[in-house]
Amino acid sequence: MTTEKQQWGSRVGLILAMAGNAVGLGNFLRFPVQAIQNGGGAFMIPYIICFLLMGIPLLWIEWSMGRFGGKHGHHSTPFILNSMSHRPWWKYVGVFGIFTNIGVAAYYCYIESWTLSYVFHSIGRTFSGMSQSEVAGFFTKYVDVAQSTTGIPYEAVIFYVICLALNTWILSRGLSGVEKVAKIGMPLLIIFGVFLAIRGLTLGTSGASAEVPGASAWAGLDFLWTPQYDSLSNPKVWLAAAGQIFFTLSVGMGTIQCYASYLKSKDDVALNGAASGFTNEFVEVVLGSSIVIPIAAGYLGLDWVKENAGFGMAFQTMPFLFEKWGPVLGVAAGVMWFGLLFFAGITSSLAMGTPWMGFMQDEFGWGRVKGAISFGLITLTLGLPTVFFFNQGVFDEYDYWAGTVSLVVFAMLETILFAWIFGMKKGWAEINEGADMKIPSIYKYIMLFVTPFLLIAVFIGSLITPKGNDWKGAFSSLGSGGGWPLDNTSIIKQISNSGLKEQIAAATDPAIISTLEEKMFYVNLARIILLGLFIGISILVYIAHRKHTAKKHAL
Amino acid sequence: MSTSAIVLMVSSMGLVISATAYFFWKVLRTPPKKGDDGERPEGFYEAG
Repeated sequence: MTTEKQQWGSRVGLILAMAGNAVGLGNFLRFPVQAIQNGGGAFMIPYIICFLLMGIPLLWIEWSMGRFGGKHGHHSTPFILNSMSHRPWWKYVGVFGIFTNIGVAAYYCYIESWTLSYVFHSIGRTFSGMSQSEVAGFFTKYVDVAQSTTGIPYEAVIFYVICLALNTWILSRGLSGVEKVAKIGMPLLIIFGVFLAIRGLTLGTSGASAEVPGASAWAGLDFLWTPQYDSLSNPKVWLAAAGQIFFTLSVGMGTIQCYASYLKSKDDVALNGAASGFTNEFVEVVLGSSIVIPIAAGYLGLDWVKENAGFGMAFQTMPFLFEKWGPVLGVAAGVMWFGLLFFAGITSSLAMGTPWMGFMQDEFGWGRVKGAISFGLITLTLGLPTVFFFNQGVFDEYDYWAGTVSLVVFAMLETILFAWIFGMKKGWAEINEGADMKIPSIYKYIMLFVTPFLLIAVFIGSLITPKGNDWKGAFSSLGSGGGWPLDNTSIIKQISNSGLKEQIAAATDPAIISTLEEKMFYVNLARIILLGLFIGISILVYIAHRKHTAKKHAL
Repeated sequence: MSTSAIVLMVSSMGLVISATAYFFWKVLRTPPKKGDDGERPEGFYEAG
């Protein structure tokens, strides 16, 4: 991208692109579920505190790191980090900022393709007359590539390839293409979201039926927002709030740095960062909490929501509920819901392509088209295992290592680099350079102490998650000499596949044992693929570094 | 809905909507900076 000196067309376009990068499916599906599972309304207290103490500072750090790197001609994290320290190994930490994006894009584009496919199924009224279990079964059938819901063979693969091709084409148009999509997609997403949120907030008890006479959208909202203050003393709730803030803002990925690297040296990062961060919060808190939970509770009852709240509701439940709104409104709601998710997805997946393109253009002189096509092909190669072996756990494995652990590790390290190695004095000057708003000076100390502390806490919390996420019980156990019982979701236990091994040990049916062993094979295969990707990018960074060194010696 | 739920929902949404509107209003009200400066700042080092 440096070869053609790209830059953002307008300030609003930049903010919408940054907000689009942050707004994703998690805003509508992960946030309300996290809130319900962690104290209802009381979750908002640690959530807002974590947004102010971790989210906003991280946004400012990443925006200013990106703009700083851009001044030096770097548009991806390996050499942005490298330019901030004398230690040469920081560029290999920066590999996370490319690795994460390719690893996540590989499976994220698959989810994006579901939303695209479901837009067409909504228009074609595929779900008309289906029962709830049939709609849920439709999804299961869809992700099983051997089956087809439309008669088109390998339908899921075809939609995935279409989706990737669309991303590749837009990326090949450069920043202007990304900006155009953000300028169209974000307003449409908000319009669709507002329509569905109004419906969710006004549904009341009108969805009650003979099967579920007590169904009420108010009960869903009440359950979501009633504060359970005792949960505030539970570390699990704070970790969940910090985790949600972290993932919703798309920090720790390297995309913000990449987008910000195309700013001019005196362009504002303070106000722009705050505006894009709060736009994401608007979509999450206002729209995200007002759609899935109240609508589902309004038709299926609160008990159903408590038992089934999760990611699958988007595809397995919502189409069934929209059908209850009649043929016209039902189709409109389906198109709006899946269209909203599609725009949320594509504005994020486009951002994931830019660090790779920026890196290859900076270091190897690749053009936009070559960079975009190479991103599309790599993503396709890495993504096909998630499509074909979705039910064998490859998708979840990518999500865990590339989409969860890598983000936390990278954000923690980059914050330490910015605040403690680059130095807060220079860092603060960098953030305030050209600022259009005055950042309260307390943030200097928050970035120095509080943000790194919170990130280290999130990392350690993920590394040694106690059994059943029971932190109080784990501390009591440790105090009484019983050790620290680890949960199978902790990073340490995940590495050793403890959960799967326990399932295999407990199984008696040879068919189940065989299925689990097959799953173990695919889980390990996914890890090898991801490790190979990380090593591959590291080799490219090493080659680029050698080129830099040779160039210096030649001068 | 209980009173506490309504209070928390309205205050959380109100806070987020107000802050988002404020920052966007400020973005739209701020005039664009004149001139292009592509100069590198002095005092920053760049490792190989």
